Amino acid sequence: MGHDESVETRDWIRDGLRAVATGLLTIVLAIMNIPLFVFFVLGLVLTPVLGLGLVMVPGVTALIRAKADLSRRLAGWYGVHIERPYRPRPEGSLPIGWGAFRRIVADPATWRDFAWLLPGAVAGLALGVLTLFLPAYGLEGIILLPLWLHLGGVWYGYGVNWPIESVAQGFLSLPQGVLILMLGLVVAPYLRRFDALFNQLFLGPTKAAELRSRVSRLTVTRADAVDAQAAELRRIERDLHDGAQARLASLGMTIGLAEELVERDPATARKLLAEARETSSDALTELRHLVRGIHPPVLAERGLDGAVRALALTLRIPTSVDSSLTGRLETPVESAAYFAVAECLANVVRHSGATFAYVSMRREGDLLLLEVGDDGHGGADPARGTGLAGMERRLAAFDGTMSVSSPPGGPTIVTMELPCASSSPRTMLSSGTD
Amino acid sequence: MRVVIAEDHALLRDGLTRILQAFDYEVIAVVDNGPSVLPTLLEQKPDVAVLDVRLPPTFTDEGLQAAIAARAEVPGLPILVLSQHVEPLYARELLSDRKGGVGYLLKDRVSDVAQFIDAVQQVAGGGTVMDPEVVAQLLERNRPIDVLTAREREVLGEMAAGRSNAAIAGRLFVTEKAVSKHINNIFTKLGLPPSEDDNRRVLAVLAYLDS
Repeated sequence: MGHDESVETRDWIRDGLRAVATGLLTIVLAIMNIPLFVFFVLGLVLTPVLGLGLVMVPGVTALIRAKADLSRRLAGWYGVHIERPYRPRPEGSLPIGWGAFRRIVADPATWRDFAWLLPGAVAGLALGVLTLFLPAYGLEGIILLPLWLHLGGVWYGYGVNWPIESVAQGFLSLPQGVLILMLGLVVAPYLRRFDALFNQLFLGPTKAAELRSRVSRLTVTRADAVDAQAAELRRIERDLHDGAQARLASLGMTIGLAEELVERDPATARKLLAEARETSSDALTELRHLVRGIHPPVLAERGLDGAVRALALTLRIPTSVDSSLTGRLETPVESAAYFAVAECLANVVRHSGATFAYVSMRREGDLLLLEVGDDGHGGADPARGTGLAGMERRLAAFDGTMSVSSPPGGPTIVTMELPCASSSPRTMLSSGTD
Repeated sequence: MRVVIAEDHALLRDGLTRILQAFDYEVIAVVDNGPSVLPTLLEQKPDVAVLDVRLPPTFTDEGLQAAIAARAEVPGLPILVLSQHVEPLYARELLSDRKGGVGYLLKDRVSDVAQFIDAVQQVAGGGTVMDPEVVAQLLERNRPIDVLTAREREVLGEMAAGRSNAAIAGRLFVTEKAVSKHINNIFTKLGLPPSEDDNRRVLAVLAYLDS
């Protein structure tokens, strides 16, 4: 316990010191807003005069955006996520000139940045000074007494003792200083966060910009989903055509021939019928494999939890399944999650060299959290293997995400998140064929 | 022998009834939905029941659930479960009461009528019949049983399918003595106490494979 407490103490001191340092940085950055504001206005004004603005506005805008990006980064340190709102520069376009000028002026994010420059400077300055002031005043209290004794003479006062009239009161400045310094360090991160929230008002994307970027993301994932589905249907068509369909056709021929021969040559007819039975059994086996690839029956019967457990039982590597899922998820989510986990486990069996694997599945609100890990040699890279990348694309169709941690030497851990809404248990009706 | 059948597809229901009747079984009840399975089984107490796993209204695993529930009420009630697909997970659930008189087969197997009737008889007699596919799926894992030789794995598969030493000897074209030697080797390698009881052999093997 004692050890934990000392770690915690160090933590808040470190956080506080870091926040104070950020505060100092913010003051410098806030002051820089003012010349940027001036140059931007100057650029706009000079545009009709000499066309100077065509160079100046894009240039200053680039600086403003770099500075705004820095503020966004700083906000991220304090838990405030600010998305970059700018419209992307079309490929092959010039960074300066009339086109760039028009694009910049047309982008609402430019004007929101502009609107931020002065209020942002004021808020940054004020909050930065406040962040520095408390710890600084605390420090003053701590060094006041030695300083006073050294310099002697009249001294104004500190904290509650104003003015300081005796050495005893001078001693009191030390504990007060320590308290104020601690307070300053504790409060500093909150002040930073407050600054970040203020910046978010201006620097985050507007609703419209957010929607625009969401639409472009959806367009990509939808195209991927459609492609994947089409490829899947083609595969099923081919499998049916070359497999079960061909076998059923041959079955018909064999039975037809047996029918012809049953009177003349009963022995051959009997052999043909046995052959026909064999063929029908092969066709069923093929269909079973095909069905398993489309939607495993055990998934329909038991949901994600049961299906993953059933899968784990058949793997070469001992695999433990830890799940706190109750009820059923929506069928498409269930299916996407199952195939993602199955693909991960297949990778574990094929590539990891692991002796043990685990799957953990749980829900947090409307988020399905999946984790597949092993004790193998690691080195899995989604950028190289098509399997992981394909999985990522398929999850993206459900707004799901995947991240892979697989340092050389292992272990490999794949985490996946899928938004889900659980449907009420046991109400799904599907046409069963079993 | 009195049989209860639960199967929702009319074609398969009629096929099963016809086959069983052809072999002098008395089909006393035919059920086509999940909720009626359990009451029918408990009321009729058949000599053996043949149940489909997936039944209306939810088309999930009500046949399997009914089998487990019925055997909880009437321990050892002989039930043969049929399905379009087999899962080791379901096999484990069916076997978990360790009572015997239980079978789990792919529907495909019914087409080999003689073998199917043999399975029904085994189950009715308190034996255990596992589909070779279940055994194959477990054997494919290559887990601890890779200590077994190819021949021993074959014998293990036959054993799990509920066959006696004599039947295994016939199928693998070896002497019965050789079979019992293989079985003893398997038990030794898997650290299982030897036993002459077919049913206990299967349970022990599957329990081990599940670990």
